[in-house]
Amino acid sequence: MFIVIACMIAGIVVGYLLRQRRLRYIHRFILILIWLLLLLLGLEVGANETVIRQFGTLGLEAFMLAFAGTMGSVIFAGLLWLVVRNKSVSK
Amino acid sequence: MKGSLIILSFFATGVLLGIYRFFPQEILNYNISFYVLCMLMFSVGISIGNDPSSFQQFRTLNPRLIFLPLMTILGTWLGVLAVSFFLKNRTLSECLAVGSGFGYYSLSSILITQCKGVELGTIALLSNIMREVMTLLFAPWMVRYFGKLAPICAGGATTMDTTFPIIVRTSGKDYAIVSIYHGFIMDFTVPFFVTFFCSL
Repeated sequence: MFIVIACMIAGIVVGYLLRQRRLRYIHRFILILIWLLLLLLGLEVGANETVIRQFGTLGLEAFMLAFAGTMGSVIFAGLLWLVVRNKSVSK
Repeated sequence: MKGSLIILSFFATGVLLGIYRFFPQEILNYNISFYVLCMLMFSVGISIGNDPSSFQQFRTLNPRLIFLPLMTILGTWLGVLAVSFFLKNRTLSECLAVGSGFGYYSLSSILITQCKGVELGTIALLSNIMREVMTLLFAPWMVRYFGKLAPICAGGATTMDTTFPIIVRTSGKDYAIVSIYHGFIMDFTVPFFVTFFCSL
């Protein structure tokens, strides 16, 4: 898995070295790669009978994690808000 | 919103093709997705390194708000920790790996599928899409009860792209730079935390 992070760091270096040129097409390219990967992920999910049978349970677990994570960060945002409120946000 | 619907439809198309075995079976054996993932991460890196303006904008930020991404991370982890007691067949590190997607569903689901398998990868995809949708739907409610920073923390890694417009509309234009800063930092943390919790 650390290969993946190494790829990203290599990309940052390359992107920084090429910063004189605006690489506008990179965002389009990223989007197409994401589409391709989600299609592949879908294939893997669809071909896996255990996952298909449990799809409802997986969805419920996903919802619980999403709800808890979102609520937790909203509450922490509220705590920071109590500290910074009344002060200007950007100078 | 439109972007996530397109992404979801790619996933759904894949699922249907997979169920009916309507694809050459060899695709799954060669682990193509790993190589595409490496290409994706390289490109994501390029897009970060190639945009020096994103670093310069942050100088105008209120120094206290530097801690906003930290709030998002801690809040998410504590929420996930609380709910992990109810998820009997998931370990805490699996739950934290899913939570550490912070709404960046494409990347987190792909990373998690690679190291923890397709089941947890599916949870990561659904869970992080839900987080984005919740932010889009409930941003006004969050601002009313938890202040103007709430939808930014809720949006996680998406606050400089998909949830950015709704944040500017509900929290106000003053929060645009904060939102971009937050999304930038969170985007960057996702691959690190996800792979970290997967390796535990």
